Amino acid sequence: MSAGWEVVIGLEIHAQLATKSKIFSGSPTAYGAEPNTQANLVDLGYPGVLPVLNKEVVRMATMFGLAIGATVARRSVFARKNYFYPDLPKGYQISQLELPIVEHGELFITDANGNEKRIGVTRAHLEEDAGKSIHEGLDASSGIDLNRAGTPLLEIVSEPDLRSAKEAVAYMKKIHTIVRYLGISDGNMQEGSFRCDANVSVRPMGQEELGTRAELKNLNSFRYIEKAINIEVERQIDLIEDGGKVVQETRLYDSDRDETRSMRSKEEANDYRYFPDPDLLPVEITEEFIEVVRGTMPELPAAKEARFVDEYSLKGDDAGILTASRPLADYFEAVIAATDAPSQVAANWVIGDLAGALNRDGLDIADVRISADELAGLVNRIRDNTISGKIAKQVFEAMWEGEGSADEVIEARGLKQITDSSAIEAVVDKVIADNPGQVAEYQAGKDKLIGFFVGKVMQETKGQANPGQVNQILKDKLKS
Amino acid sequence: MMDLHLQTMTELAAGLEKGDFSSVELTQALLDRVAALDDRLNAFVTVTAAEALLAAARADAARAAGNVGALNGLPIIHKDIFCTRGVKTTCGSKMLNNFISPYDATVVEKLAAAGAVVLGKSNMDEFAMGSSNETSFFGPVRNPWDLECSPGGSSGGSSASVAARFAPAATGTDTGGSIRQPAALTGTVGIKPTYGRVSRYGMIAFASSLDQAGVITRSSEDAARVLGVMAGFDERDSTSIDHPVPDYLATIGDSIKGLRVGIVRQHFDEGLDEQTGARVKDAIAVIESLGATTVEVDLPNIDLSVPTYYVVAPAECSSNLSRFDGVRFGHRAENAEDLLDLYCRSRGEGFGDEVKRRIMTGAYVLSAGYYDAYYLKAQQVRQLIADDFKKAFADVDVIAGPTAPSPAFKLGDKVDDPIQMYLNDIYTIGANLAGLPAISVPCGFVNDMPVGLHLVGPHFGEEVLLRCGHQYQQQTEWHKACPEAFQ
Repeated sequence: MSAGWEVVIGLEIHAQLATKSKIFSGSPTAYGAEPNTQANLVDLGYPGVLPVLNKEVVRMATMFGLAIGATVARRSVFARKNYFYPDLPKGYQISQLELPIVEHGELFITDANGNEKRIGVTRAHLEEDAGKSIHEGLDASSGIDLNRAGTPLLEIVSEPDLRSAKEAVAYMKKIHTIVRYLGISDGNMQEGSFRCDANVSVRPMGQEELGTRAELKNLNSFRYIEKAINIEVERQIDLIEDGGKVVQETRLYDSDRDETRSMRSKEEANDYRYFPDPDLLPVEITEEFIEVVRGTMPELPAAKEARFVDEYSLKGDDAGILTASRPLADYFEAVIAATDAPSQVAANWVIGDLAGALNRDGLDIADVRISADELAGLVNRIRDNTISGKIAKQVFEAMWEGEGSADEVIEARGLKQITDSSAIEAVVDKVIADNPGQVAEYQAGKDKLIGFFVGKVMQETKGQANPGQVNQILKDKLKS
Repeated sequence: MMDLHLQTMTELAAGLEKGDFSSVELTQALLDRVAALDDRLNAFVTVTAAEALLAAARADAARAAGNVGALNGLPIIHKDIFCTRGVKTTCGSKMLNNFISPYDATVVEKLAAAGAVVLGKSNMDEFAMGSSNETSFFGPVRNPWDLECSPGGSSGGSSASVAARFAPAATGTDTGGSIRQPAALTGTVGIKPTYGRVSRYGMIAFASSLDQAGVITRSSEDAARVLGVMAGFDERDSTSIDHPVPDYLATIGDSIKGLRVGIVRQHFDEGLDEQTGARVKDAIAVIESLGATTVEVDLPNIDLSVPTYYVVAPAECSSNLSRFDGVRFGHRAENAEDLLDLYCRSRGEGFGDEVKRRIMTGAYVLSAGYYDAYYLKAQQVRQLIADDFKKAFADVDVIAGPTAPSPAFKLGDKVDDPIQMYLNDIYTIGANLAGLPAISVPCGFVNDMPVGLHLVGPHFGEEVLLRCGHQYQQQTEWHKACPEAFQ
């Protein structure tokens, strides 16, 4: 990135709310159904039908507002955004304009220098999603799938406080974590449940006035957001440095070509002719309702992370990693509850082997193959010296493949650690007898050879001898 | 049996109860009349003879089984703005000439559940936009009192049908006067209830914040009977109000002694036909003779109601009618070149001139740069008008005046002059802007054409309007007059 330029980014995140039915109709919201099987007359915009607000979305938006320290409006108003498009059945989208349900929130990210940075959340408003046009597999015509039409969205608009693509990603990840913690969105980016538009501009360092912005539409992965913003920033700087001017427009990121392309300019932009929707009453929220919702708020990521550091004395970023997702944090705490082992040991297993296995198999924590109790059982067997840490890795893999609990695997595979000193002594004696040359070198002062002897003993015992004991016995015997 | 068509719903209900005739006989008699006479009026878009006779037979069977709904076996007609399952619902437009609704409107459902028998769907101004029924794709409806004249609009097919004794009652909708003005012009009773009193679900929207369903009958008593069935909260309409529905028939016979009747000075100013004004004043005198007192009330902003209405209603209609795009239902242009062509031609071909005029006006007043000057300003004035009424109802129980400025006008007279046409609703629009209930009751004739007395009540004041109308009708015979050609 060219020096001397400051990047200014604001994000509009669309989080699909995890309601069972749509925002203004009783149709289900489940993803992936056959086209148009989850659209009723209201979703199809039939003559005479009317929208009825799903109250669940109000509760969810309120939770979000409370989570980011925002003002939850006592009165918010739905407005119609008018434009024609085949996937917009009514010819208008029901959204909120002047009086959104959530305003003036904030959250904190870590910037490039490791400092905490405040990002303002201007507003979050409720709206319905549109349907989807389908072009593939249809020769000259287009198809329309209205299953998604009327799906509830929370559009979360940030202040232009973000100064790099990395900050934008960090902010979006924070929001992603929050909505999933609250259980108000599944945050599934592949399915489009969590996506964003980025308003990007550049200005010479030190300039007060904002540069002209371009809006990058529909970014639906953290990787693409970062790439798209960086590409766009580069484009704008090159343009200006070559004497050109950035025009206000909507651009699309093409991940195949890794470039952004103009979609429509400001002049071509629609006049949406917003006005309050006369079919819906203003949403009135009482103080009592807010207090009830506040009472149901889960512990939020930042608070949980602080508690993990405090309560479990975890090292480095471990608390942050474990609290990045609520199910992972819950899993970790369930392991802790079922073992006496130090918290850090449990954390190592969860962050290391467990997360590794999930990642390798492309699974989510929800699909984990070893329960927290089972993992605690494994940790306990290390703690009580039944197996060594090294053997434990082998047991873990077997458990992951469904061979049963730690005890069952240890039993079935005969992995129980040898702790009988006389048995270990016998092996040690044999190893000493078999390697006289090395014994002489060791006794001449080459201490490093202890590893050679330990290795031999472990080899003879198929790794099952207690390593502590092996060390001690070897040292004792080699002395003489 | 010969004069069944002349009877009111109340009389017919008694006859059915006594077993003087069956619902099937009654229904057949009325269907025969429609078949014989509607060529002259063009009041129907669709006659549902088979469905009606089936419903009548069911009603007779229900009666035999001792299971009688409030309107059991009584014939009605639905304005073609109400969605009726399996039956064409056109809204008077070419756009929906091929539209068969897959569901019933709440009003349709409720009346059917009460045992009413639907004879068909009545003609109307296209998408309820008009005051003369001349904007209908299916041609104008004629006034049974003079076939050269308009029956009013937009519920002109309903008003003409009830005046011509095709049915004792017909549903209507009223956005700026569309029930009351046609009632006045055809010598029938028309009530528009409080906004939110009757569900709008399944009623094709024109201007959502003003639209309200009601009924046209020949007597206030019949209106009370039907409205009692139509009214009530509906969870499918967020703007319907959860407020108990009183038994309108129970109090309709009560005296109106002591009733305070407000008279709005502006409603008797220039613009009002002198003879029409005289009939209305006579009617108010009759009401006074029943023990009511009159008080002059001031509605300082009422003169702004027509311009206010013609900003708010088109704004809402421009958005409400966006769904008619040729994509999912309704008229679709053939051989569209691309998406824009499909939209432009489907809508261009499907909508008539008045609808287009209002869509354009509406899009304009909502557009960036004009919203504040027009739409927002109109909403502010609307609030002032509503406040004026509220203040007035602190002192009076009803406000009385003319329903329309003159009797029915000739078809074709105002069709090229939208402003003249719009002024026909000058006395009725205020009630829509303020969400108030209002009724028109026949109060005499001017040059052999009927005129109406307009009564506006406070929110949920339907009971007092129906009672006042009924008491007046106990003293007068205007509503019993039948057009000569339809006796």
